[in-house]
Amino acid sequence: MAAADDVNRLRESAGTEGWESGEFRGEHTLRVPVEALHQVLAQCRNQLGYAMLLDISGVDHLGEDPRFEVVYELATVDDSKHLRVKAKVADNQAVPTAVDLWQAADWHEREVWDLMGIGFAGHPNLQRILMWEGYPYFPLRKDFPLAGRPTDLPDVAFTGVAPMEGGPFVSTAGAPNTVLREPRSHAGD
Amino acid sequence: MVSVTSILEAAYDSKIESNVIVTRVDAAMNWVRKNSLWPMPMGLACCAIELMATASARFDISRFGMEVMRFSPRQADVLIVSGTVTYKMALAVKRIWDQMPEPKWCVAMGACASSGGMYRSYAVLQGIDRLIPVDVYISGCPPRPEALIAGLMRLQEKVDTEHALLDQKRSLLSKPAATAGV
Repeated sequence: MAAADDVNRLRESAGTEGWESGEFRGEHTLRVPVEALHQVLAQCRNQLGYAMLLDISGVDHLGEDPRFEVVYELATVDDSKHLRVKAKVADNQAVPTAVDLWQAADWHEREVWDLMGIGFAGHPNLQRILMWEGYPYFPLRKDFPLAGRPTDLPDVAFTGVAPMEGGPFVSTAGAPNTVLREPRSHAGD
Repeated sequence: MVSVTSILEAAYDSKIESNVIVTRVDAAMNWVRKNSLWPMPMGLACCAIELMATASARFDISRFGMEVMRFSPRQADVLIVSGTVTYKMALAVKRIWDQMPEPKWCVAMGACASSGGMYRSYAVLQGIDRLIPVDVYISGCPPRPEALIAGLMRLQEKVDTEHALLDQKRSLLSKPAATAGV
């Protein structure tokens, strides 16, 4: 059965107002309200055979409401069928954990919490995973400056502000020659 | 205290003449130190791969007496910081440096260890010299083994110019004079 059929089967269940689904170059995406998220993921795991959770990512749509979005990449092991499930999350709103469905969700959810500041309700050990406990910011949020902010936690770690020197220096992908592809500052543009 | 005449007599004694070298203690110490630098490899990123290549058969830093890589800071002379120092790792590097006995030297290998490199970011220390004193900086991303060997040879040159004992003697001699002034 193709992923498109799985999306249709999921949409057959009751109370699917506000659900969106789409297909782009053979990739199937289902967007559900965060309240229905855990039930949908459980259905994918238990009835549709998505035994593998590839990734959980967080997206910051700064300026939109709700601000954040979580994206689950699911796959079946036998025929490598892929399905993407998305849910919008407001600031300070907790997402139900998926650790009870996939063990792999544990570290992914910790990473999303660490860098994006999206909480997961029911997670067994929701600590920072890359930054250290006590670091006060969520550095991958759009309103966090690239150069960083100074912090100091004696005997644990400190951070400073990186000198940008006119940067950030951004390369132009797909430019016709190497001179144009060279990383350059676009601050004056 | 050995007098000048006794040294001259010893030098002219045909039985022991060829076994005696007349030199300064500082020069002898430096000669010993610079030809037996024991590196502490602080491999943090891709520079560590080049560090391993430098130590292995093709480039072979044992030619310079530096092959004894010690993974204990207490047995090492040179801290080779090879790679990106994140803030999470920074104080661990500092602690390892503090555990190394004197005399000790530090080599910042590659762009990241020297200046943060391309990582102008919230997570990366912008050069290990913000935490510990660096003797030699090696450019490159990562530097080739030849560059690391050149850097370590520059460090040997630096070790050769040190006068530890002379400085110690000077500080000992200046102490009574300072107290006399009070």
